Amino acid sequence: MTISAPRRSSPRAVVVLLAFCLCTAAAAATPRSDAAAPIPDTLQQRVLACTSCHGAHGEGSLDSLSGPRLAGKPAGYLLQQLEYFQSGQRRHAPMEYVVRQLSPVYLRQIAGYFAGQDVPYRKLPVPAVSQEILRRGEQLALHGDPGRAVPSCASCHGARLTGFEPMMPGLLGLSYDYLDKQLVSWRAHTRAAEGPYCMGVVANRMRESDIAAVSAWLASRPPPADMHPQPAGAQTEPLPGWCVMGSSGATL
Amino acid sequence: MKRLRRGWWVPVLLAMVVAGWLVIRPAGPLPVSSEQRAAQAAALRDPALIERGEYLAAVGDCAACHTVRGGQPYAGGRSLATPFGDVPAPNITPDPDTGIGQWSFEDFWRALHEGKGRQGELLYPVFSYTSFTKVTRDDALAIFAYLKSLPPVNRPDLPSGLAFPYNVRSGLVAWRALYFQPGVFRPDASKSDEWNRGAYLVQGLGHCNECHTERDSLGGLKKDQHLTGGRIPALAWYAPDLSTQSGGGLEGWRAQDIVDLLKTGQSAKGTAFGPMADVVRLSTQHMTDADLQAVATYLQSLPPRASPASTAPFMRAASAEQGGTLYAKHCADCHGKDGNGVAGIYPPLNGNITVTEPTGINAVRSVLLGGFAPTTAANPRPYSMPPFAQQLRDADVAALVTYIRQSWSNRAGAVQPGDVARYRHTPVD
Repeated sequence: MTISAPRRSSPRAVVVLLAFCLCTAAAAATPRSDAAAPIPDTLQQRVLACTSCHGAHGEGSLDSLSGPRLAGKPAGYLLQQLEYFQSGQRRHAPMEYVVRQLSPVYLRQIAGYFAGQDVPYRKLPVPAVSQEILRRGEQLALHGDPGRAVPSCASCHGARLTGFEPMMPGLLGLSYDYLDKQLVSWRAHTRAAEGPYCMGVVANRMRESDIAAVSAWLASRPPPADMHPQPAGAQTEPLPGWCVMGSSGATL
Repeated sequence: MKRLRRGWWVPVLLAMVVAGWLVIRPAGPLPVSSEQRAAQAAALRDPALIERGEYLAAVGDCAACHTVRGGQPYAGGRSLATPFGDVPAPNITPDPDTGIGQWSFEDFWRALHEGKGRQGELLYPVFSYTSFTKVTRDDALAIFAYLKSLPPVNRPDLPSGLAFPYNVRSGLVAWRALYFQPGVFRPDASKSDEWNRGAYLVQGLGHCNECHTERDSLGGLKKDQHLTGGRIPALAWYAPDLSTQSGGGLEGWRAQDIVDLLKTGQSAKGTAFGPMADVVRLSTQHMTDADLQAVATYLQSLPPRASPASTAPFMRAASAEQGGTLYAKHCADCHGKDGNGVAGIYPPLNGNITVTEPTGINAVRSVLLGGFAPTTAANPRPYSMPPFAQQLRDADVAALVTYIRQSWSNRAGAVQPGDVARYRHTPVD
């Protein structure tokens, strides 16, 4: 038998070719052992370990404690927190375990994925506290407590409280439980940053009742129309001299 | 019962303390003349030697223990949990005051080969000199050259967390008499070079035995067992049997499956997770294909094992139904109704030793913790598994894991809700 170049394509050859193409196309999507839908090659699919608590788009869990909202947070901030969970500067056992095996490059991609999600805010339950407590919370958030050298939230997190790119997180759209727990964690050093770190200093100057009050007021705020962090250039008020953001991840 | 077994040897140990003090008094650093020191320092600066040492240090996974989380590599400080107390790993950067800056190669060799510190003191065997003693002098020299080339980090060593009687170093005379035999690996002339290379790596620098063999109540490796699997003390994970032959933990694994797992973190038979994911990420992914192939060749020569007689109870029908429902809801999308997973993405559960190892610890903790396969050069963006600790109650996890352990070809014992409750609160680090 000799091999000669085909002179014209026979109908059978077309069928074979077509079948081959179909098979190749089918093989390109990863075959499943039991004919279920193929596994998509997307970051969203790859990070199921994140989204099972934080939501497919980082919209946060319903209680916002087991999985706070990640969507739209500044990418640098998200990356920094992932790194802190890896290094143990921020403690939460489930998060520490999940991020353990990830490379710096992959962490950056994951931070970018959640920072880039633009999904509506969930309505969170308003904490059942008195008007007096809410007023105290508002006072602290917008004006601070000069007597205890506690700056206002707005002085660093922005007048809209939605944070700044690339490192300053927003404070709205988070639950009372989550906010309160974070401030307590800053005091207990289960949440830390490369020092000197301002949030730890501020949290340690606050009364416990004030931590609860400011968390309650922040959690009860209706989200503003534009929840995006403001651009870096919008931060006109300088941070206090003793307040140094951790350098880790700031180069994003 | 356990206390009785632990207790009997304390008087024996005390006697050995006295004897040990007489036999092995700390003698100080080994004498090295200034000429020798200068010649050695020059030899250690050979870039080729340093590069080989870097590779060997990765094979030995030295950084995993000698680096605290978030700390400088090799600067020590990680607290290594043992059943006898925590032992902090020392700083092995060449800092003259807090590291090995003043060590000569003879000091280093004595540590690696004989398990003795620079002052001649007996080292705790959490430093795996029971394996490292098999490392050749040439390889030890390369590792030493690499460590000496690192930037020195000033980080004083932490005090040991061992309590009496374990904090009495001379008590180790007894332990060493029972469990430690110094000696460089001797090749078996009847076996191939590849087999010998694999045996050298597995038994020596790779120190696989230190986790993959059961330890007795004194923390020694059982002499008649080699890579037959065991609980990792104080970590609450199970390191499985590594035989690929009949009855082995890796029964049916081809050499390529072993190479794949060590190189990429994944294989057709299972995915590395828990402490093994660390080993792959930090160590084995950096090994050459030839060395990985040698490891696979050696592991494939491990003998068949007697099939374990399962004494663990099998599940009740009600719990089987509950487990099946939970499996269909939470697991089948990724691991398949047939438990065969998705090639290259999600591991099979059918015939996976992670699922079927004797204790059930690994399956329970994997369900609770979820997580990512290790990031490797070959798999830079691994897929992941959700943690179910937040979603499932103890009884649900027990039913689900038992279902997985007893479905398809799996015939492993049931796990109980009490086991799940215990592992739910095991520290992750």
